Amino acid sequence: MEYVIDMRNIRKEFPGIVANDNITLQVKKGEIHALLGENGAGKSTLMNVLFGLYEPEQGEIFVKGNKVVNNDPNIANSLGIGMVHQHFMLVDKFTVTENIILGKEPTKGGKVDLQTAAKEVQALSDQYGLRVDPYAKIEDISVGMQQRVEILKTLYRGADILIFDEPTAVLTPQEIVELIQIMKKLVNEGKSIILITHKLKEIMEVCDRCTVIRRGRGVGTVDVSDSNPDSLAAMMVGREVNFKVEKGDAAPKEAVLKIKDLVVHDSRKVPAVNGLNLTVHAGEIVGIAGVDGNGQSELLEAITGLHKVHEGSIHLRDKEITNKSPRSVTENGLSHIPQDRHKHGLVLDFSVGENMVLQTYYQKPYSKSGILNFKPIFDKAKKLIEEYDVRTPDAYTPARALSGGNQQKAIIAREVDRDPDFLIAAQPTRGLDVGAIEFIHSKLIEQRDNGKAVLLVSFELEEIINVSDRIAVMYEGKIVAIVNPKETTEQELGLLMAGGKRGAVHAE
Amino acid sequence: MQNNKNKMKFLVPLISVFLGLLIGGIIMLISGYPPIEAYAALFEGIFGESYYRGETIRQMSPLILSGLAVAFAFRTGLFNIGVEGQLLVGWLAAVYVGIFVDAPAIIHIPLAVLAAGVAGALWGSVPGILKARFKVHEVITTIMMNYIALYSTNEIIRNFMLAPGERTENVKESASLASPFLQELTDNSTLHFGIIIAIVAAVIMWFLLWRTTLGYELRAVGFNQHASQYAGINVSKNIVLSMAISGAFAGIAGSMEGLGTYQYMTINAGFTGVGFDGIAVALLGANSAIGVILGAALFGGLKIGALNMQAMAGVPTELVGIVIALIIFFVACSYLVHWLMNRVNRGGKI
Repeated sequence: MEYVIDMRNIRKEFPGIVANDNITLQVKKGEIHALLGENGAGKSTLMNVLFGLYEPEQGEIFVKGNKVVNNDPNIANSLGIGMVHQHFMLVDKFTVTENIILGKEPTKGGKVDLQTAAKEVQALSDQYGLRVDPYAKIEDISVGMQQRVEILKTLYRGADILIFDEPTAVLTPQEIVELIQIMKKLVNEGKSIILITHKLKEIMEVCDRCTVIRRGRGVGTVDVSDSNPDSLAAMMVGREVNFKVEKGDAAPKEAVLKIKDLVVHDSRKVPAVNGLNLTVHAGEIVGIAGVDGNGQSELLEAITGLHKVHEGSIHLRDKEITNKSPRSVTENGLSHIPQDRHKHGLVLDFSVGENMVLQTYYQKPYSKSGILNFKPIFDKAKKLIEEYDVRTPDAYTPARALSGGNQQKAIIAREVDRDPDFLIAAQPTRGLDVGAIEFIHSKLIEQRDNGKAVLLVSFELEEIINVSDRIAVMYEGKIVAIVNPKETTEQELGLLMAGGKRGAVHAE
Repeated sequence: MQNNKNKMKFLVPLISVFLGLLIGGIIMLISGYPPIEAYAALFEGIFGESYYRGETIRQMSPLILSGLAVAFAFRTGLFNIGVEGQLLVGWLAAVYVGIFVDAPAIIHIPLAVLAAGVAGALWGSVPGILKARFKVHEVITTIMMNYIALYSTNEIIRNFMLAPGERTENVKESASLASPFLQELTDNSTLHFGIIIAIVAAVIMWFLLWRTTLGYELRAVGFNQHASQYAGINVSKNIVLSMAISGAFAGIAGSMEGLGTYQYMTINAGFTGVGFDGIAVALLGANSAIGVILGAALFGGLKIGALNMQAMAGVPTELVGIVIALIIFFVACSYLVHWLMNRVNRGGKI
């Protein structure tokens, strides 16, 4: 059997660490091959080796039977390997067609021939069932369609081996279903796919075989039909993983967060939150389910003081915090694990230690009369790093150098350690592997059991159902339903999130 | 790895200096000047006599301060091209206090320097406010503020402070930084006490940025405004503060000229250039306090040495200008230097 991609015994070292140690990845023609590993296990390094961005110290690479020796980033293109990036590489102001042909524009008389290009794009999109509008601007189309544009970009360049880098991380449940169909269709048309992911459910659903790497080492390759999520997770993490979130019943007490008739305008002055009411009690986790863009971000920003409230009120315990500054809200007992850890959660160029005191640097013992006190700062940081198992060389390392999962653990350590009355967790496990997810869920539940109020916002329905004690469904800026996670299904939630009425599922 | 990085931080400017001198030498050869004699004269003109050493140190003082101004703003995410203008208003403020206030030296000098700092801070805070309030880019506003400063200071001198010779009167002796002791020590150079102020300012900048909560906030805002806001830091306040502090350093650079080197202010036909050189000094010094001092020493040395190069070897000072520009050029393309070093390293391996 000949492999379309055959990477044998790859070893790649960086100063101080071995990022890839004896990894073998063999992809058959026409299969969907999963590359599974924790955050920082070495998946990206391996793909960068394949793309010629890194030169391996050891090992051989064959593409379609030919040995690849040249370490030239452009060689991947000429060999028909295309990458669908997790963070899209698109020009917002350009149309779909313009983005697809960028760098390989057909010309007529010195001018870009957009008409021919659009026809080609249309033909490609018909062939593979990738529904796009060739003339729409990127900024006007949905995330799912942007992803299809990324796929078309690789196809337009003649790729027959496609690498998907955690493609479902940004998609809604409906879009994920569509993507899975697209991937199956691509394989039927003779393409081969490498799917980088740590979502076991997707691997079980769509992949033929799966190669697992753990801490830079190849663990092995298995047929998906012979395995199950538990065995894959154990291979990836190196121990048994508990999927079922273990928790007792909630014992809700007094109300901690009270939101009344809240109206928040977005940047276009349109109400994004439109008359929302919500109460979160001490000792419970309330999960907010909703399709992205139904006012969740604006709601969180309004609570935390980052966004102006136009009408209504927010109370934290007995204090009104409506339109208070972020600092005053924080000092009133709120912690916030933000949705975007790079934008809001961390100053990436600060050391891990400096990041640990982002909200408390001006208080004792971290500073006195405006002079920073580094010993307490870094003592604290070292303690948190140990307690929360943040994997970093030391507290002086810039946060930028940490893997996504460890950055997230650092944020959680900081926010939970402040011992807040009320904790907001926005997409706390986004892009993380099962081991890290397990840890974060247990921390949220621990907070609840300590009598804190927790508000969880997530686009992962499974997470919402497993972790929350009550689920508030948000649609068009309002809470349209409160459901009991024990009595609901993903289907019912999906329907409510799309603006449907309760009970419609059962009526069918 | 960290160690390696620090080494590179040091090596890149060093190699850039070498490359600048090398290519400058080639240009001299092409233009028919003897490079070795010229560089010998340059070297002699910096270190050869105590007079030259005094002049070099004198030249350094305003350069350190304007370099600090640029570096400070840069550390907090701002590009202050308005050091020149802030320096001019600082110069004028220092000279004004030096002429019109009566006080013993122990009060008069600090007061005049402080006035320069406050004037520079106010001038610098205008672009800061515009940026914080209306998101106007500071590069545009600081450049424009330079012109406003140049012509306004000229106008003020012309109307209120004019003495014979298109300049103001000298500042009172009680406000002067000039020091007969230092002058005698350096064979009658124009060396003055300003260098002490400049070095103290460098220590202050380092302390402010790295040891205080204010510096923590300023750096956080410079790196990531969103995260700073999330953490409860007042972003607008910090942008204005950063520009004001940067402007204060620049203003004090002006007092070096007004209270030290010249003892007066002239009606300037054009910019002094010290403010713009500050950008280069900060770049050479990798925006660190100690680096700025070293960068200013290099800059000051080359400028003073150039005079001797012309006198002894007949090489026009413009050529030194070219060498300085080449050095800056190579620091700016540190990427090129990195690449060259990698090539050399690899070559050694293969």
